[in-house]
Amino acid sequence: MGGHTSSYEPTSRWGKWFDERLPIARLMHGSFVDFPTPRNLNYLWTFGGILSFCLVAQIVTGVILAMHYNASDVAAFNSIEHIRRDVNYGWLLRNMHAVGASMFFVAVYIHIFRGLYYGSYKAPREVLWILGVIILLLMMATAFLGYTLPWGQMSFWGVTVITNLFSALDTIYQGLGTGIVEWLWGGYSVSGVTLNRFFSLHYLLPFVLTGIVILHIWALHTAGQNNPTGLDLKEPSEAVPMHPYATSKDAVGLFAFLLLFAWFVFFLPDYLGHADNYTPANPLVTPPHIVPEWYFLPFYAILRAFTGSFLGLPLGQYAKLLGVLAMFGSIAILAFAPWLDWSRVRSVKYRPLFKYAFWTFAFTCVALGWLGSKPAEGIYTTMAQIFTVLYFAYFLIAMPVLGLIETPNKLPRSINEAVLGDGHTDPGGRSGHGGTGTVAGATAVAEKR
Amino acid sequence: MTTETDEADRRDFLVLAGNAFAAVGAASLIWPFVQQMNPDASTKALASIEVDLAPVKPGQAITAMWRGKPLFIRNRTKEEVEAAQKVQLNDLPDTEARNESFPPGKSMPATDANRVQKDHENWLVLVGICTHLGCIPKGQSIGDSRGDFGGWFCPCHGSHYDTSGRIRKGPAPRNLDVPPFVFVSDTKIKIG
Repeated sequence: MGGHTSSYEPTSRWGKWFDERLPIARLMHGSFVDFPTPRNLNYLWTFGGILSFCLVAQIVTGVILAMHYNASDVAAFNSIEHIRRDVNYGWLLRNMHAVGASMFFVAVYIHIFRGLYYGSYKAPREVLWILGVIILLLMMATAFLGYTLPWGQMSFWGVTVITNLFSALDTIYQGLGTGIVEWLWGGYSVSGVTLNRFFSLHYLLPFVLTGIVILHIWALHTAGQNNPTGLDLKEPSEAVPMHPYATSKDAVGLFAFLLLFAWFVFFLPDYLGHADNYTPANPLVTPPHIVPEWYFLPFYAILRAFTGSFLGLPLGQYAKLLGVLAMFGSIAILAFAPWLDWSRVRSVKYRPLFKYAFWTFAFTCVALGWLGSKPAEGIYTTMAQIFTVLYFAYFLIAMPVLGLIETPNKLPRSINEAVLGDGHTDPGGRSGHGGTGTVAGATAVAEKR
Repeated sequence: MTTETDEADRRDFLVLAGNAFAAVGAASLIWPFVQQMNPDASTKALASIEVDLAPVKPGQAITAMWRGKPLFIRNRTKEEVEAAQKVQLNDLPDTEARNESFPPGKSMPATDANRVQKDHENWLVLVGICTHLGCIPKGQSIGDSRGDFGGWFCPCHGSHYDTSGRIRKGPAPRNLDVPPFVFVSDTKIKIG
């Protein structure tokens, strides 16, 4: 995959025979063994591997859970309890899947903030970044559909509230929104029909996700990885082969992540969920506080920030529609980041003003998450409105304006200079090598450490 | 190369016609795949129900299920009816009657008279779903909060409805819907 030429050489006769017919081992070797990786990657770069692990773990546990789950409105709730109590190791598999969804989002949010901090969205990685936004959307859709399946009170009312978002389109054309909502439901309300189709789609989307992830990795390997300096690779000695250098670092990151994962699975399996979801779905009673899962809270806060008036601006009957547009817009705007940021410096490390904007944005996201869990009234609504403005200001004001007026700090001339210090010259024998030269360079770096 | 003209020839026509045929074919093939998701025949078959009102005393309310949605049926007291009738139209955020008994597209003012049936003014029948994001408002059971206007109160995002089911305060954009229904006798209604 990508511009790098694999150094794979089949050793056996059979290997040669197969390589001439299907060079998959060559492709894998070039993509994941001798692929040149910047030598200065930090632990934030291990989240790509962690996310791949999460996707595989969700698919494996999910396929197994589907063997015991019953997607019908009368049996779904009990079948989850059946899995937890009766199925051999069902408690473990179910906890891994439910906690796994949360861990997937922990990892993806760190991954996204890493991309924003080090400017990984900028040229030549725009397509890579947009594919990432699509992956985020698919993850959200999959998680939302999956949360429906236990058919508890939060499942039922979560679906009701979220699908009703589309009814906001009635403001544009009478009947359009209602038509879409009834089409999604397959009835005049959320019912067993809805549950059944949501199960089907929940099973489908992870495989669509896998396809997009493959494109994401392909685009990554075409443009090459970004790195903490944001500088391009200038010579082979600035890279190390992916295996064993990046893979072993990834393994350390993954095992640290798995400690957290296992802690939740074994000690706090329900901590990230809601007690209300252990009450079977009841179409006649709405729980007093409908709250989505934690990973949707910032977007939920943006949705609810649009009430009758927004910071004194009357919205009237358009409040609901604007709230829905702002919520979807808050994700869609990520895709435009490559063109909104006018600075040519990638890494925030070298941007003294933008650094403040970035950390304000990070705080804004956390604050919106907290507000999303609070009732939508009084001071909470006002705060949600202020932070919604700040959220969009990061993309629409800070990115273009600071890109124009900011004077960036002095950039190191190369990754080698950033890593090894000013005035450093390459020890002999490391320049002028071809593809395999990176291996020699890598060894030298490893010795230095 | 036999022809050098820019004029449309027989081949252009065939390509255009062929593509148009394929497009229409693809669209008609997709249609069943989209349409299968709409409410099916068994769901539509349950689309009308009859409710006996005889046991409901003034001041009491019952909840019935219609098309999977709760229906609020309240036998309003004289005071509640008068309170609903006294409200001025310009005090209402939504001035449409939202009564499905009226022909669609016809604008009717949201007076109390337009939301109930003549000679049965005490009977208020509503789809019990908040017009904001679809929660079930409180106010049907004894001890429920009925909000600031004595009707219903939605706990999800704080919408208050009056004794005619009209939105008075909060984020909901519309009055509670009045379903299409008829009195088949003095104590029985047919909804849908």
